Parts: sequence; structure tokens; C-alpha cells
Amino acid sequence: MSESKVLHGEYNSPDEHGHFGPYGGIFVGETLMPALDELNRKYAELKADPAFWAEFDYDLKHYVGRPSPLYFAERLTNKLGGARVFLKREDLNHTGAHKVNNTIGQALLAKAMGKTRIIAETGAGQHGVASATVAARLGLECHVYMGVEDIKRQSANVYRMKMLGANVVGVDSGSCTLKDAMNEALRDWATNVDNTYYIIGTVAGPHPYPMLVRDFQSVIGREAREQCIELTGRLPDTLVACVGGGSNAIGLFYPFIPDESVAMVGVEAGGHGLETGEHAAPLCTGQPGVLHGNRTYLMNDENGQILDTHSISAGLDYPGVGPEHSWLKDLHRATYTSVTDDETLEAFRMLTRVEGIIPALETSHAIAWVMKEAPKLPSDHIIIVNLSGRGDKDMHTVAEIEGMTL
Amino acid sequence: MSRIAGCFEQLKAQGRKALIPYLTAGDPNLETTLSLMHALVANGADIIELGFPFTDPTSDGPVIQRAVERALATNTSLKGVLETVSRFREEDDTTPVVLMGYLNPVECMGYQKFTDAAVASGVDGVLIVDMPPEESHDLEEIIHRTALDGIFLVAPTTSDARVSYICKQSSGYVYYVSLKGVTGAGNLDIESVKENLARVRANTDLPVGVGFGIKDATSARLISEIADAVVVGSALINKIEELDASKHYSREELQRHIALIKEMREAMDA
Ligand SMILES: Cc1ncc(COP(=O)(O)O)c(C=O)c1O
Repeated sequence: MSESKVLHGEYNSPDEHGHFGPYGGIFVGETLMPALDELNRKYAELKADPAFWAEFDYDLKHYVGRPSPLYFAERLTNKLGGARVFLKREDLNHTGAHKVNNTIGQALLAKAMGKTRIIAETGAGQHGVASATVAARLGLECHVYMGVEDIKRQSANVYRMKMLGANVVGVDSGSCTLKDAMNEALRDWATNVDNTYYIIGTVAGPHPYPMLVRDFQSVIGREAREQCIELTGRLPDTLVACVGGGSNAIGLFYPFIPDESVAMVGVEAGGHGLETGEHAAPLCTGQPGVLHGNRTYLMNDENGQILDTHSISAGLDYPGVGPEHSWLKDLHRATYTSVTDDETLEAFRMLTRVEGIIPALETSHAIAWVMKEAPKLPSDHIIIVNLSGRGDKDMHTVAEIEGMTL
Repeated sequence: MSRIAGCFEQLKAQGRKALIPYLTAGDPNLETTLSLMHALVANGADIIELGFPFTDPTSDGPVIQRAVERALATNTSLKGVLETVSRFREEDDTTPVVLMGYLNPVECMGYQKFTDAAVASGVDGVLIVDMPPEESHDLEEIIHRTALDGIFLVAPTTSDARVSYICKQSSGYVYYVSLKGVTGAGNLDIESVKENLARVRANTDLPVGVGFGIKDATSARLISEIADAVVVGSALINKIEELDASKHYSREELQRHIALIKEMREAMDA
């Protein structure tokens, strides 16, 4: 598809096989193919059913607490002295991040499919908590796969999951982070495919996950679009979000894709700096390949082996990215950049002190970009930042960096 | 006729079934892999499935995951695996070799370059675990211009319509995955395997191999009574795991170490 078609409202991805241009698709062992087919058919059926969306909207309103506010960060704006900065407050959702929008939607799917067992992978633990939460609400068994590295750095969320009745399974293979948790969840699914629903936590994985997670997260962008028009009388100029797998970013971006004038910026984890190789920025540094069921930009070596990643934030510490972002990058509809761990920490502290909002370390990447770029932009430029989650879970990590023990 | 078709034809004439061991190339290093390949043939293997390692083997259980980690620890690359097949061919020009693995190393090398190298090194078939036929078009188009066979998996969960579709895409043989789960898991349910093999056979005249869950001579014999080929992976790799990476083993030593394959062969032929 040409760029102009995207801009003229003809963007209609993925196709029926889950392809976003050359990206996406279904790359899994045969055992899972029928399960994905079943999920795809069920979702197509429910997607066309207004009652399904009515139930989704009801849950988002009464259980999650939506709509989330679009907040004008006046002190931040004044301090940066450039563009006007608005924060889309996903941190105020029940469980503290955007992740719950998706788990509410997928829980409805699991229920409609008669599945009795939920599995999920998690990095920062936010998706794990959001999955354990919906499982508790439905009375379903829940197993969350989490790398042992992440269990250490996100211990507060591990305890929350356990409180919610989930079984947290430590994964000690490979780099012991999100990628490995996803490997293990896929293995579980292949083994227990009859009774198990796999709630993938981001816009990655095999089709139809990137599509359905996007659809559920798009509530962020739909609300933000309306709220921005209501507050300012017009569309924003720039959207910015951090990108791990890319679900909070696509949730904000997707409803704006046809709006030619709106720029979209995804911020990847620059870790210790792209030049050090110790980062998690596949869109900035990688090339297309196949991992976890889809074709997308990946970090791999010259032999196609997936590289270890590094990020201060567990939720961005992933060598791949949702396939739709790869397509938006190639189409030049969105741009992708990165900030380092240090810039992230600075942004974390700054937002906390200036606005009284403690952001997640993942989210702080998007804030760091704003700190760098907003001062260069004129005062009539409107930026919407997806404030994807709150930072309570990161107190241990930050305290440790500051030499304190809690 | 391809080596694989020739192999099955000959076995059929003898009233025997194929024994197909799977091993991860580079576990514990490529030198030992080469010797193991010859030792496997000496112990009665008909076809060798040679795995090329990938960091994220999502269809494999712990035994093969560890094999892959050992192989990657010595930097085993797809290129190195192909070179090992060339070296195997210097002495053995008859035993078919099927390359098995995940797609990313192949994508990274490039489909054309991979196919050319596979043909040049004497590979006979290609089985990409995470590439279902739906996504195989580009690679299969290139492969089908050569004598390479494209092998696909059928699982217990596969619907009748998909069985038919997969069989149409397959050449060489069809690989039936005997249980839901990952490699090395669970126990065989012979009755279920029987029923599913009938579904496959209703759609193809190709030989049908059965893998996953075959651990010893007894299970190999049971499967050989109903399938055309018996694939053994994790049970063999458990033996390979006992080898010392820093040691050089003679073929005879390896043959004795993997006597399991010989026992399976004898049980299947009895
Ligand atoms: C608060 C928050 N933001 C962002 C992310 C990254 O995920 P995604 O890129 O899918 O939004 C996570 C993941 O754990 C998260 O917890």
C-alpha cells in the first residue's frame, strides 16, 4: 500500500491472514494453528455483535473507570517552555496501566469460548496483574509466566498476582525476561490447548492477536481524539508513546492514522545507548525476521539468533515489536526513536516532582522524549503523551539505583 | 527420484519401516554431530533429521531446549550446519538428511541463498517448525524448483480440512505430531495415533512418520506397526547430553553410547 493511501483513509490492515504489509501473519507450530483459527473466527463473530462491544464498554466504564482523563500538564508545559503537553491518564485505570483494556476484552473472548484456564506472559507484571484480575473476576484458573529477572525487579507486582489467586511461574531459560516468558506461555498453550485461553499482553504474537489487542486498546486513541477536540477545539499535532510490544502506542495511534496532520512518535528503550548494543530498540536498530508467531523488526545477530536485550524497564525489555509498528515505520506513518535509561530516570523524577504523577519506567521513556523535543516546538503545538502506567511497581528499582533499600 | 522417496521405496520392498532420529546440530559441537550422524546410520537409522539451533524454540520441551543452548554455546550457525552436511556427504551419499528448525535463521540467510546452500551441501528435505503451509509460499516456491522436499507437520488438533491442505503442500513424507504439547512431553496414546494416521492416509499416498513421545524400543515398535516412519528426538538427545563437550569420541564409542537407536531398529525389524 502506498503512503498516500494510508493518509487518505484507506488504511485497512491487517488483511484476512493477519498481514500488515509484509509483517504479521501466523508462524507457529501446527498444534496451535487450529486454536488460532478458532480464536479468529470467534473474534470475527463477536466483533460484528453490538452486544459484545456494549459489554466491553460497560466493563471499561464501571470496572476500569474509563474514560481516563486527558490532562493538560500545565506546569510541565511551562517548565519545558515549548509545546503544550497533555497526558492521557492510563495510569488511573484499575490496576494502574493501559494493560487492563486488553485483558477485559480478551476475558470476554475467553468466556465466550468456554475456556476455563487463563495463561499470560508478563514483563513488568502489569499485564500479569491485569490478567490475574480478570481471571479472579471470572473465577478462572490463571497462570502467569514471568522471567526470573523480572520477578526480581517487579516483586511488588508478583505479590499482587499471587494475592489475586494467580500462579506465577518463574522462567529461567534464555535471558530470563519477557521473551522467554512468552516462549514458555506458547509451550503451555500447545500442551493445554483444549481448555486454555492465552491472553497475550501486547500487539505481538500470531494473528489475530496483534489485531484484537489493537482493537481493544484503541479506546485510548478514540477517547483522546474526542477529548482533545473538546479541550482545544482541534486535533493534536504529535502523539507520543513508549514502545515495548507496542500496545499502548498503537492504542493511542490507531484512531489517528487517517489524520494526516497528526505525527506519531514511538519511543523504544535505548538502554545504555544504541551504540553499546545494550538496549531494546528493534525498530531503531533491527531488521525484519520471525519471532513469536509473526514477522516484524527484530534484534538478532548475523545468524538469525535473537539477541539479549537490556532496558531499565522490564516492560520494554523485548527484542521484537508488534508487526503493525513495523508496517507504520516502513510506511513512514509513524517514526520511532529511543531514549536511554538515564534520560528515562531523569524524566521519571521530573514528572513526579513537577506534576505529582509518578509514571512507570516504561512510560517515562515517552516523557523523556517530550523533555527533549517539546522545548523546540512552538507554544501552539499540541502533544499528547500516553501516560501508559503508574510507577508504584518501580519503587524498588529506582530506590536501588539511588542506593536505598525499602 | 529424491533420496527420501528412494529410501521409503526400498524400505517398502523390504517390508521395513523407517527409523528417523532427530538431533540438534552442534550439540555439543559440530565435530561430534558429524560423528554422531555416521554412528546413527551404523546403528540402523534410515533418515536423519538434523536440527539447526534457534534461541527461541517454542515448540520444544526442556530436553531439546538444553540441546539448543549447548549448540549455541559453541556458536553453531545455520551455515556451519550446512557445512557439516557437506562433510557427511563425503562419506555417505545415500542417507537422506532433513534440516529441521525455526524460520528466523533461514530468513536471515535469505530464502534463495539458504536453498542453494542446502542443495549444494546435499540436504534432501526441509521442515520449518514455525512455518505452517499458509506462510510457506515464498520459501516453497524456491524449494520446489530444486529436488528438495518440503515437509510439514500434522497435529492431533488439525482439522480434516487442514489435513487435506497440508498433505497437498507436502512432499517427501508427512510428519504426524503424536501429542498435544512440546517435544519430549507426555505419553503416547496409540489408539489416538491410529485414528489420526487414518485421517492423514485418507489424504495422501506419501509415507507418514510419527514423532513426539517415542522413547524406547517398545514404543518404536508399536508405532512402526502403524506408521511408515518412527521419529525419535528427546530420548536420543538425553543420551547426547551425557557426552563431554571437550572430549573427542570415536564413531565406535558413539555407536555404543547411542545403542538406543540400535535397540529401536532391532525391535522395529523383529
Ligand atoms: C505501564 C506500561 N507501559 C508500557 C508497557 C509496554 O508495553 P506496550 O508496548 O505493549 O504498551 C508496559 C508493559 O509492561 C507497561 O507496564
